[in-house]
Amino acid sequence: MDWVNWLVSTVSRALAFGVPLLWGTLGEICAERAGVVNLGVEGMMILGAFTAFAVAQSTGQPGLGLLCAALVGGGAALFHAFLTVTLRANQYVSGLALSMFGLGLAGLLGRGWEGKPLAATLPTLTLPGLARIPVLGPMLFQDQTVLTYAGVLLAVLLWLLLFRTRWGVVIRSVGESPATADALGIRVSLVRYLCVGFGGLLAGVGGGYLSVAYRPAWTEGMSAGMGWIVIALTIFAAWDPLQAIWGAFFFGALYHLSYRLQAYLAPELLKLMPYLFAVVVLAASGFGGARWRRRAPGALGLPYVRGER
Amino acid sequence: MVGPVHAPTPDAHPPLVLLKDITKRFPGVVANDRVTFALHAGEIHALLGENGAGKTTLMNILYGLYRPDSGEIWVKGRRVDIRSPREAIQLGIGMVHQHFKLVLPHTVAENVALGLAGTPFWAPARAIGRKLRELSQRYGLPVDPDRRVWELSAGEQQRVEILKALIRGAEVLILDEPTSVLTPQEAQELFKVLARMKAEGHGIIFISHKLDEVLSVADRITVMRRGRVVGTVLAAETNKAELARMMVGREVVFRLRKGTCRPGEEALLVEDLHARNDRGLWALRGVTFRVCRGEILGIAGVAGNGQRELVEVLTGLRRAERGRIVLLGRDVTNRSPRLLSDLGCAHVPEERIRMGIVPALSVEENLVLKRHHRPPFCWRGLLRPKAVRAFAQKAVEDYAIMTPSLRTPAKLLSGGNIQRLILARELSGKPAVVIAAHPTYGLDVGATEQIRQLLLRQREEGAAVLLVSEDLEEILELADRIAVMFRGEIMGIVPAGEASLEEIGLMMAGERRLAVRSEGI
Repeated sequence: MDWVNWLVSTVSRALAFGVPLLWGTLGEICAERAGVVNLGVEGMMILGAFTAFAVAQSTGQPGLGLLCAALVGGGAALFHAFLTVTLRANQYVSGLALSMFGLGLAGLLGRGWEGKPLAATLPTLTLPGLARIPVLGPMLFQDQTVLTYAGVLLAVLLWLLLFRTRWGVVIRSVGESPATADALGIRVSLVRYLCVGFGGLLAGVGGGYLSVAYRPAWTEGMSAGMGWIVIALTIFAAWDPLQAIWGAFFFGALYHLSYRLQAYLAPELLKLMPYLFAVVVLAASGFGGARWRRRAPGALGLPYVRGER
Repeated sequence: MVGPVHAPTPDAHPPLVLLKDITKRFPGVVANDRVTFALHAGEIHALLGENGAGKTTLMNILYGLYRPDSGEIWVKGRRVDIRSPREAIQLGIGMVHQHFKLVLPHTVAENVALGLAGTPFWAPARAIGRKLRELSQRYGLPVDPDRRVWELSAGEQQRVEILKALIRGAEVLILDEPTSVLTPQEAQELFKVLARMKAEGHGIIFISHKLDEVLSVADRITVMRRGRVVGTVLAAETNKAELARMMVGREVVFRLRKGTCRPGEEALLVEDLHARNDRGLWALRGVTFRVCRGEILGIAGVAGNGQRELVEVLTGLRRAERGRIVLLGRDVTNRSPRLLSDLGCAHVPEERIRMGIVPALSVEENLVLKRHHRPPFCWRGLLRPKAVRAFAQKAVEDYAIMTPSLRTPAKLLSGGNIQRLILARELSGKPAVVIAAHPTYGLDVGATEQIRQLLLRQREEGAAVLLVSEDLEEILELADRIAVMFRGEIMGIVPAGEASLEEIGLMMAGERRLAVRSEGI
């Protein structure tokens, strides 16, 4: 049963690789549902990765590392919010700047940390009972960190929040039509700050996962373009947290396969796969056009100024 | 003529709302100049004035969207400082904006629940549904809480806006140009709802620039002109002529000189036209009509029934998915705007600043935009400033465009002068077809008269004019035949002489006039 083993390990690894994508995508969905595009995901993730590693390395506590990564990611996102919500800067330019800034800063600070071993990594769990289910058990319930399940749970919670609660109505309204929300006395800026900031927290955790759980090591540029995949995934998932789950794990599988299939195909070609796919997804959503655009938040990317229509 | 102005006296029944000496300046204009306005419980108080008179600014101040530079606001005898819509809502003030503030992809219930104090955290939309039905029954505002707002007609959307205000306990309801999106019948329904609210003790501020409507619905009328209150009169003691004089500042003639229509050969034929809107939904579903030289075809209809898309397809700005457009005997379906304009199709666009001019370019440059690439304005790829200037000089004189100089950026002109500039450009070179979308929207009475005269002159000179407008009066006044659009279809085409307001209203609400089919287009 060689192919079963192959399948089990592939799915298991795809899940593991999909985790940072899932966390990042949920964060971006949160920000974009409130009408703010944050292209700084790559920057927030790499800052999260470095922070988590540095803290875990010095304190021996990977959990604390992840917490700090979340705070750093959230802080970076709040900076983006300040530029785009308060100063009404162009969201795309600000996001790109944040990505480049994050990559540069993490690279600079991380010089001395490269190649250092990490003694305490985030432990992997084997879920009692469930792990003993044949095939599915080892696929889904073994050798995963807590962040895999927390990510899925978070997606469900975020979906409930967005579509079943009062806050969700507020967040989505701010993203669709800030003027309407404003006219009903909702503080558009506050909502946007909170959503962008929360999105940053999640991206930070996603980055931290890379350096204290998945890899676990610190190398410069280790986020390897995941932040950009997250942007594509957000569109691919049509801003729906539940669809983000399988989207993230699907892209996780693509990443993993690009290592797995190296024996058969040129590795350069395989490494292209996730990115190529992201381009295909974006092109498809562009062509399938109207239907997708209809689902995009109406005020996405637009700064809100009271009194303008 | 001028009624009593209310001073803030601590009597037993202070006005519901008292705005006292409100002044608001914007860069370059004084939008409100020491305006005083009082609203009592159980009255409908109309705020009448031309576009730009300062009515909406005043109400935005009352609703907390703007802060006044000076002046006092009193609500129920208490001096207040309204810093945001949230505070206005808490004081019992509700506002239905002219451009509705609704989240289109959301349901009615979600829109009502948005930011509403006291809704439960979980499933707020469901909880609101019952209360909503109750209220809509009490005031005669039928609406389905579970429908998505974009599926609703403008009239239904307005009901949602009113319900939003009522559910927040609004005692004061501000309605900004509420009938501009309604059919005549829907307007009558609205007036009934307002009467019911009045009977329950609400105070209603009714902003409008339509004299007939104000006279029939309001108890008192305050007229504003150029940021100032001209006077407050009782509706029962005034008449249309007096109101018009107060509003415009001089006698107004309600008649236009219009010769008889002598339609010539067919200039524009549209057959079974289909097109989608920006959201990819069908906006035009089989539109068919023809316009002949020497006639004006008016397209009436409530906003958002495909008029914008129709104009865009006809001017080459939007793809036709099916059907054809024949201009002077030539099939021009999905051809470029430049080809259409070269063939003699003039376009007076809906959004004059966004689509009609390049705001930063000078008046003279804007005047030759359509023909800058050909002689006499261009020679081997180089502009010939002298020819441009000579042409512009003449156009400015012919069309009475008020501009400091030919080199002034076009964006600095007033709305009326920008529209004159656009017409000067579009009508130069004798167009065969003129497509005019809302040509007088937002203009003052003088500019409106002049623009209408220009369109009539085009008709007399043998152009075919397609006039798209939401202003029924304008259509009735100018058009020779009237086509009514509803949900992307033409409900019927009637000769202007035979059209009754009621019949057009029914067609605007989606009732098809079948007889038209057989008699052709």
